Amino acid sequence: MTDNPQSYRADGDGTGVGTGDGAGAGDGAGAGAGNTVAAAAVHAPAHEPPLWRVRHFFHRHPEAVPLFVLLCSLAGFGLALGGKFFSPFALTLILQQVAVVGIVGAAQTLVILTAGIDLSVGAVMVLSSVVMGQFTFRYGLPPAAAVACGFAVGALCGAVNGFLVARVRLPPFIVTLGMWQIVLATNFLYSANETIRSQDIAAQASLLQFFGGKAQLGGAVFTYGVIAMVALVAGLQYALTRTAWGRHVYAVGDDPQAAQLAGVSARRVLFSVYILAGLICALAGWVLIGRIGSVSPTAGQFANIESITAVVIGGVSLFGGRGSIAGMLFGALIVGVFSLGLRLLGADPQWTYLLIGLLIILAIAADQWIRALAR
Amino acid sequence: MNATVDSVAPVDAAGSVDSTVALMSARGLRKRYGNVTALDDADFELRRGEILAVIGDNGAGKSTLIKILSGAEQPDDGEMQLDGAPARFDSPAAAHAAGVETVYQNLALSPALSIADNLFLGREIRRRGLAGKWLRMLDHREMERQARRKLSDLGLLTIQNIRQTVETLSGGQRQGVAVARATAFGGRIIIMDEPTAALGVKESRRVLRLIRDIKSHGLSVVLVSHNMPHVFEVADRIHIHRLGRRLCVIRPGDYSMDNAVAFMTGAKPAPS
Ligand SMILES: Nc1ncnc2c1ncn2[C@@H]1O[C@H](COP(=O)(O)OP(=O)(O)OP(=O)(O)O)[C@@H](O)[C@H]1O
Ligand SMILES: [Mg+2]
Repeated sequence: MTDNPQSYRADGDGTGVGTGDGAGAGDGAGAGAGNTVAAAAVHAPAHEPPLWRVRHFFHRHPEAVPLFVLLCSLAGFGLALGGKFFSPFALTLILQQVAVVGIVGAAQTLVILTAGIDLSVGAVMVLSSVVMGQFTFRYGLPPAAAVACGFAVGALCGAVNGFLVARVRLPPFIVTLGMWQIVLATNFLYSANETIRSQDIAAQASLLQFFGGKAQLGGAVFTYGVIAMVALVAGLQYALTRTAWGRHVYAVGDDPQAAQLAGVSARRVLFSVYILAGLICALAGWVLIGRIGSVSPTAGQFANIESITAVVIGGVSLFGGRGSIAGMLFGALIVGVFSLGLRLLGADPQWTYLLIGLLIILAIAADQWIRALAR
Repeated sequence: MNATVDSVAPVDAAGSVDSTVALMSARGLRKRYGNVTALDDADFELRRGEILAVIGDNGAGKSTLIKILSGAEQPDDGEMQLDGAPARFDSPAAAHAAGVETVYQNLALSPALSIADNLFLGREIRRRGLAGKWLRMLDHREMERQARRKLSDLGLLTIQNIRQTVETLSGGQRQGVAVARATAFGGRIIIMDEPTAALGVKESRRVLRLIRDIKSHGLSVVLVSHNMPHVFEVADRIHIHRLGRRLCVIRPGDYSMDNAVAFMTGAKPAPS
């Protein structure tokens, strides 16, 4: 505590602490000109314990650990495999392979930041892609309209989740477990388990395969799906760190009661997050068509588990309020690097699962450590 | 959305305010939690420009009363008036919009957010110009600047880093942040539920001075406290709460602290 008694402004100097001396929110104008605030000597800290610094660094930069792990694994596989791995082609192949999971993971990150979880993301993604395909081929809708319907279906699923979580206050795990089953069943019933072939789509509705399009840069191949994923992650990173809505998402995940008392509508924030997650899943469904070419109700079966894996390895806390969307992307890329690297090494794919499992447990342990030091 | 200086009661030349007018009042408030009755036909009256202390035993229902007045909880029954007109706050944000600011007993801070983020939570400042308007970009620097100034004005803390998360602060420092938040937005009614409970002697004195300072600008303060010397030092009137209702309202000059405590605990019958 300060020893400087003057750091409290003397009474009667014409400005008052309680009278909104320029601190009115929204005006952004700052202190009134005539304000005679005695500038308090804010003492510089003597020294901070190093562990505190480390924890604080991780807290401020939650993506630092997964980024480090990603760079290490890139370096490791690069050393082991050389040019076979360190080629623009192989590295951009990893991006193509994680595009769908990265997009679904973005939706998952939003929900997990609010201390929820969304088990229905993968199913919503597939249902949206099936709607985009079937509305074009069964009802003859123009592809653009069918895509819009796919997004509407994603938003609707998200809205139902959001309503049940934010309004009825059911636990997200249970709500989305139910939604997962319902959407999956709807998907099979509606599509009659029928796949729309890639050639048909290419011939009649190439818009559906838009995200399979490629931009080539030397040996590097960027599909539009990859570009969409990067743009989405960048946009959400901006929204989460630079807008009020983003602060509110973190605050609601951290302590919903406190956020509510501070004047944030926790219900509205939760609702917006689930709707946005639904829309992002629909985008993932569209990108999925570009990735596999066809529309298949059995595609993307593990997207929900893979998205949770990316989020957890990416250093986002399952308890909410901590982590970043960029971290999730690094998490997804780590999985991609391990899968491709081990495949190129000729290892049994089970090794990938084993190592990813280890990483998940390590990531959770790191999260606990960071949180425990916070007390 | 914030009350500004204009909405403050007119202060006459002598610096006193017409303090017989009820600024905020409530009648017949009831609140039950399961089978616990926290408020049972409670009345409340805060006058313009006064410091009203609320005292009562643990569990008397003081915090419940505060939560209803600040929009955090809804009463099961009863009505509220603000400026003589019926009022109803269905959320804390609605109370903020009407100029009612609150320091809650549990402080209501977000531990993982920074001090500056906490101060401005729910009323963030956006950048000027296109970035703020179209991209809704926050002005972090301005918020941090104001937060730093607010805290040093209060003299409550030597904040090493305004970006420090609240969870790294001591209990007293957190209380300072909560007090700073309640006084930073020009509310005309400041409600404080035990704002000095975790503060040291020196810091408590600063908060008491702040409370008087707030009053000297024509604003009204509700102060819930268990600290009788503090209450008798700053309060204009004392609302004594007992068993979920207002027992009586006394002036500190008319009764001793011992008497107030006796009324509060039921050892003596309340004055009529
Ligand atoms: N959220 C709640 N759920 C259940 N019971 C509650 C809740 N909040 C308050 N109560 C009960 O209501 C009664 C009044 O509580 P309240 O917090 O208003 O008391 P208080 O006068 O502020 O006490 P203290 O001086 O200890 O802060 C208590 O019996 C308490 O157990
Ligand atoms: Mg209380």
